[in-house]
Amino acid sequence: MKVLIRGGRLIDPKSGIDGLYDILIDGPVIEEISRGARRPDSRIKVIDASGKIVSPGLIDVHAHLREPGYEYKETIKTGTLAAVRGGFTTVVCMANTDPVNDNRSVTKFIIDKALSEGSCRVLPCGAITKGLKSVELAEIGEMFEAGITAISDDGRSVRSAGLLRKALEYAKIFKIPVISHCEDETLSGGYVHEGRASLLSGLEAVPAIAEEVIVERDIAVARYVDAPIHLTHISTAGSIDIIERFKKGFKKITCDTCPHYFTLTDEATLDYNTNAKVNPPLRSKHDVEAIKAGLRKGTIDIIATDHAPHEITSKDVEFDLAASGISGLETALALALGLVHEGVLTMNELLAKMTVNPAKLLGLKSGGIAEGGRADIIIFDPDLEWTVDKDLFTSKGRNTPFDGMTLKGKNLLTMVDGRIVYRDEGF
Amino acid sequence: MKNKVILDKKAIQRTINRITHEILEKNEGCTQLCLIGIRTRGIHLANRIQNAIKSVEGITLPFGVLDITMYRDDISKLKWPEVKKTEISFDVNNMTVILVDDVLHTGRTTRAAIDAIMDLGRPKKIQLAVLVDRGERELPIHPDYAGIVCPVSIKEEVLARFSEIDGKDEVVIVKTP
Amino acid sequence: MNWKRKDLLGIRDLSKEEILFILDTAESFKDISKREIKKVPTLRGKTVITLFYEPSTRTRTSFEIAAKRLSADTINISSSTSSSTKGESLKDTARNLESMRPDAIVIRHGMPGAPHMLAGILDSSIINGGDGSHEHPTQALLDLFTIREKKKHIDGLKVVIVGDIAHSRVARSNIFSLKNFDNRIVCCGPPTMIPPHLETLGVTVEYDMNNAVKGADVIMMLRIQKERGGTTYIPSTKEYATLYGLRKDHVERAANDVIIMHPGPMNRGIEITDEVADGPYSVILDQVENGLAVRMAVLYLLIGGEA
Repeated sequence: MKVLIRGGRLIDPKSGIDGLYDILIDGPVIEEISRGARRPDSRIKVIDASGKIVSPGLIDVHAHLREPGYEYKETIKTGTLAAVRGGFTTVVCMANTDPVNDNRSVTKFIIDKALSEGSCRVLPCGAITKGLKSVELAEIGEMFEAGITAISDDGRSVRSAGLLRKALEYAKIFKIPVISHCEDETLSGGYVHEGRASLLSGLEAVPAIAEEVIVERDIAVARYVDAPIHLTHISTAGSIDIIERFKKGFKKITCDTCPHYFTLTDEATLDYNTNAKVNPPLRSKHDVEAIKAGLRKGTIDIIATDHAPHEITSKDVEFDLAASGISGLETALALALGLVHEGVLTMNELLAKMTVNPAKLLGLKSGGIAEGGRADIIIFDPDLEWTVDKDLFTSKGRNTPFDGMTLKGKNLLTMVDGRIVYRDEGF
Repeated sequence: MKNKVILDKKAIQRTINRITHEILEKNEGCTQLCLIGIRTRGIHLANRIQNAIKSVEGITLPFGVLDITMYRDDISKLKWPEVKKTEISFDVNNMTVILVDDVLHTGRTTRAAIDAIMDLGRPKKIQLAVLVDRGERELPIHPDYAGIVCPVSIKEEVLARFSEIDGKDEVVIVKTP
Repeated sequence: MNWKRKDLLGIRDLSKEEILFILDTAESFKDISKREIKKVPTLRGKTVITLFYEPSTRTRTSFEIAAKRLSADTINISSSTSSSTKGESLKDTARNLESMRPDAIVIRHGMPGAPHMLAGILDSSIINGGDGSHEHPTQALLDLFTIREKKKHIDGLKVVIVGDIAHSRVARSNIFSLKNFDNRIVCCGPPTMIPPHLETLGVTVEYDMNNAVKGADVIMMLRIQKERGGTTYIPSTKEYATLYGLRKDHVERAANDVIIMHPGPMNRGIEITDEVADGPYSVILDQVENGLAVRMAVLYLLIGGEA
């Protein structure tokens, strides 16, 4: 049976379409995009999207699905359910599982598991170094054969610049992005941003430069070997400055930030709320403003979630002992829409950072809505207000600092390959 | 209802004079005698007794102030009672302590005061002087010197007022709301 | 003054009025320790647990004696006897203790926010006996009490705090308390031990000890943790002693009636010379005595009346 999404405002940054269009979907494929010409037909299932926005499914270049090894935090099944609830149709999952995704059998396990239990597309990211230990390169070629989309040692930086250089060079064979987590371990070693809030809370702090020196190092290495580099979860004003400066002469830099870095400041940690403990840490107001400016100016290409689900007991402890991370898939769209409501980005600019730009980074054909293309589509209401209730999360991770907050904008329906994989109760 | 004045300024003065003479009579003078007033209004009464004794005997008795908050038996039922200072600079050992309070009711304040004094040393005697004994005792405590005995109902309150802090001298019975 | 708090977690939460109220209450309790019978029945039937995850003789003993002088029962649990070594979480330990219905728990913990966590889950009053590098509220209160006792006022003073400001809960709590009273606070120490943004708390930073102590009314020396020496913060404790140890010639540069404070335990010969520690300007033992009065006042205010 064909499906007709009717009456919605279609925004597709990839093709530049923005207007009222009907989309006819036949099986997994988009058959036709038209302007309300089609008459109702009993063989067509109609979804009324009037007053709503229809866009390509969101693509997250940075999430932790925790499987294999940490199934008590999240599984591919629950993580992808959370993804589709949040409006994501494609998710890149990081390699810091147990065992680490540094070999083809783990890659294959993830891909098989996602095909049988996942609700959306799952693209595994392989490790850069074996065991994420920064000693020797992982078998990137074998993992590529098995299906990885990118490589990253996310959770830490590649400790030596020399090893990073080799990874950047080696990745050229497969044309897959190298995603860099920027953190100098000799400067970090704390739990919150070093600033006035850390002074007040007495918590051990991480200075902004712990991120910035590696941003600068990684860009310098990439530029030298003329290889693309993607810097993930950028959080400081200094990083934005450095990236902006280098982007002028070197076009192969991309970067992303996450919703918490443009919505919360380090003041969220003043009451020792472990759900606000995340790495990199929540920064100062000045940094938050710089991140927003970076998004507006296009310095930041992508908004990712860094979805990092944890079980309750790893957060229900002293701040120092608590695990880092925010369960982010189910709040990302609403928080990102805040940028549109605030006037930082246009709707088109925002959606570009969550659809076509990530697709481009990952070398995907998806990320847009086109006749003959795969039907990865979402329908959302940008103005619908709802209150975050962690207990209603589909993710196993209820670790969110946004619990109880009222957000504006909600995903209503998610379609992957033409199948409706999520539909909001009220829609 | 209008408050009923049971002692006015002159009556208070007469009563204090009488108590003073009773104290001197009972203790055969004022050797080894001291006065300790219970916060807040016991201080003023004790102060006046001290003055009266001075005018009779020409001697200024040692004078102390006792805060009994730390010794109350109902402390955990009070909404944050403020603790004030106890100021007793002399040695109470072997002294005859005249404990002074304005109104004697249940006897619990007196009990607390006796305990507090005993923690300071071992006086020879403790005697109790009050301006008003309103009855309704809950402990076996009896005043040695009482200005006026005036049983009042539980719904009424007896208030002693002293010009030093209340603007005028009087003892009144007021209805409690 | 209407005291309403269940817990004492930090000085930063307290208003000026609350701080003064605690000091005034402490005045009344100070006399008790001077009497032959050093005990009042005020907290009879109440139970105070001291839960110490870090070694401490001074603070724990002070709280214990304070509670005992108020007739409360005390139970001391220190890290070697607590279940922490068996891997029990702080939360579980606290819940177990709560089942025994203590009225107050004094907690010392190496991690900032541990007392706040307990306060959030327990009905007992929680008193922060020092949490990591965060706060040590009763220390700041006893310091302020001592300053008021010696100086007769607590405003318009030049107070110099010397040492590892970055990792000192004593420094933090003292800065928070002294800032309520219009004092000039100078923090002095090696730059590696001065946290960035410290000036935003309204204090001046000075690296040179001779300049810092000039005209000081109060000099507070912090304990230098020997384990930090020779590693990353300072080259050696010997060098630290040369640059930041308090000597007689420093005291001579200060005000004529300067007082020298130290939260203890002292590393004699490192942050302070014997001559100064035992000298006429030292009020270090007064601090210990006043600590008792302040902790009695805090216990009384938190668990003395009806919540």
